[in-house]
Amino acid sequence: MSDVVIKVENLGKQYRLGEIGSGTLAGDFKNWVKKISGKKDTFEIGENDRTQQAKKGDVVWAVKDVNFEVKQGEVIGIIGKNGAGKSTLLKMLSRVTAPSIGNIKVKGRIASLLEVGTGFHPDLTGRENIFLNGAILGMTKSEIRSKFDEIVEFSGVSRYIDTPVKRYSSGMYVRLAFAVAAHLEPEILIVDEVLAVGDVEFQRKCLGKMKDVSGQGRTVIFVSHNMGAVKSLCTTGIVMKNGTVDFAGNINDCVTQYLKINTSDNEGDVVISQKGIGTGEAKITRLQLLNNQGTASESVLYKSPIRMRFYIYSSIDIPQVNADVKLCDKDGSILFHALNLFSHEPLSLQKGENIFEVEIDNQLLPGSFLATVGIHNASTMLTIDYHENILSFEIIKAAEIAAESYPYEWVVAPAMVGSKWSKIASS
Amino acid sequence: MNFDYEISSKKGPFSLNLKELWKYHDLITLLVKRDYVAVYKQTVLGPVWFFVQPIITSIVFTVIFGNIAKLTPDGVPGFLFFLCGQTFWNYFSSCLTATSNTFVANASVFGKVYFPRLSVPISVVISNLLKFSIQFILLIVVWFYYFFIDKSYHLQPSFSILLVPFYLIIMALLGLSLGLIISSLTTKYRDLTFLVGFGVQLLMYGSSVVIPLSEVKNPTIHALIQYNPITPVLEAAKHSFGCGGSFNFYMLMYSFIVAIILLLFGIATFNKVEKTFMDTV
Repeated sequence: MSDVVIKVENLGKQYRLGEIGSGTLAGDFKNWVKKISGKKDTFEIGENDRTQQAKKGDVVWAVKDVNFEVKQGEVIGIIGKNGAGKSTLLKMLSRVTAPSIGNIKVKGRIASLLEVGTGFHPDLTGRENIFLNGAILGMTKSEIRSKFDEIVEFSGVSRYIDTPVKRYSSGMYVRLAFAVAAHLEPEILIVDEVLAVGDVEFQRKCLGKMKDVSGQGRTVIFVSHNMGAVKSLCTTGIVMKNGTVDFAGNINDCVTQYLKINTSDNEGDVVISQKGIGTGEAKITRLQLLNNQGTASESVLYKSPIRMRFYIYSSIDIPQVNADVKLCDKDGSILFHALNLFSHEPLSLQKGENIFEVEIDNQLLPGSFLATVGIHNASTMLTIDYHENILSFEIIKAAEIAAESYPYEWVVAPAMVGSKWSKIASS
Repeated sequence: MNFDYEISSKKGPFSLNLKELWKYHDLITLLVKRDYVAVYKQTVLGPVWFFVQPIITSIVFTVIFGNIAKLTPDGVPGFLFFLCGQTFWNYFSSCLTATSNTFVANASVFGKVYFPRLSVPISVVISNLLKFSIQFILLIVVWFYYFFIDKSYHLQPSFSILLVPFYLIIMALLGLSLGLIISSLTTKYRDLTFLVGFGVQLLMYGSSVVIPLSEVKNPTIHALIQYNPITPVLEAAKHSFGCGGSFNFYMLMYSFIVAIILLLFGIATFNKVEKTFMDTV
């Protein structure tokens, strides 16, 4: 069981920013002449840290110095923020693109569930497409033939199997495509949930298939942003950050580490320098969590309201904005959503500095939590700035009035709901 | 530890990994089938369309170049002369045009899943061979008509007719290797896609499909056409069927060697592009 099936050594992939090549044949020819005459290619300006502002023609390492091993039967989760290099790593693992440096040694067939429907030809019938798609995925004709009935049964389109797939409904199309991929039986399966488009049903199927595969002692590589799913499915994990492996090991430690990358120690006062997601006309520059005394703190008393202050710099006037806070547990699952629309309190941004404050009912039980914040343009419905899991905080057992402190040793759920209990009958 | 394969940045320019390609032979046959079946789905005439194109073009050529410009060699039916040239030329040109957009046309598939990329151009060459066979039958039928029924022409086929498979190999290699080179370059320079259609057309007039080599009087143009590696094959093919042309063994070998050199060059560029084309296409 301890056989290594994937061994990644010094893996790196470099991309050039801006236009590819010099844009003209003549320019490329000049570079080529320089290259063969021993001089440096004019494009090799030097490395650029991927976080820095890059100039045109700079090279960026999307993945660099990555080393890890995957053992037979392991279910490994790869986690990291958007742009951490997860997809590039997967592309190299599935041989879609070659690394710039280093190598990957693989034992067994790798297949990934993001290939659903690859190579389907609209004019061919379902039957013909099963064979074609199966062959593209690496099955032999006899393998497909032996599984054909199973595939058709699984897809549930047996009535239409001799109809061209262009007449299929999109649901039938996806089901058929998935059925082929699901019967591939690779030694190593890659599931990229980030890219797995489709309905909930379909995603559930993917995860189900993944469980089956890992149950049979085969290796699975799982990429996801859903920490809950990662925790429940994987045994080990890798945290990617800026193209390198930030942490590797037990999956629980990985998830903790990943969430730490996002938040870092902030003591309830975060100065936001990184770019958020959104149109960017205004930026949340600083976020504070305030305690009862009105000073920044990362701990909130049990049952005390959660007060947050947004410092926003806006480059234009925006008459109507929505601001929201999502409270998440330490796995990143959203628990509560606080939005000014819910409480009918309109907000606006003036050009320059703005400060918003929000007070959220505290229904959380003691534990660690994360806050995701965002501002959105209320008239265009576009997100202006958004930061995921930007602030971490803790609910402590102590309450403002000592007698109201949380008295128990155990915490069953991250939050509570109000409830009324009464006895209806007794004999 | 023995691993099945290694993914790395290094790969020899001429490494073909034929073993792996063979593992995917089922894919190649299915791709051939797809090319063949998909093209004529939802048409009434189906594969009959394979006949229509060479017949129409040959008729047009017969009228323009045979009857108006009087360019056909003596003692050869014009229609047969053009049909013979067309059949062989078509095999080359369709191999070339179809392989030349391998990367761009299959970008969506190549971007998601790995299989030996070379299986696509190889399947193209094979499916065009099927198309050629159908057109070749047409040529044989027309030839039999002139040989047995309409005896006003005295067709003199030569034993070199046995070399037809060899002509095909040269044509396939030339089409494939030029196609590989162009497809590799189009990932970066899309301009070439526009140039291919026009270039193939131009090349046809430069390779004795329409104008017999013996009719070209200008010495420079004559030499240009003569050393075009396609010309010796077309000339020999016409000679084999007794429709003019000339058989020159040395020139045929010259074509073959050029084809091999181009093939090596084509494989090298293809291998180089194959590794990273997803980042540029």
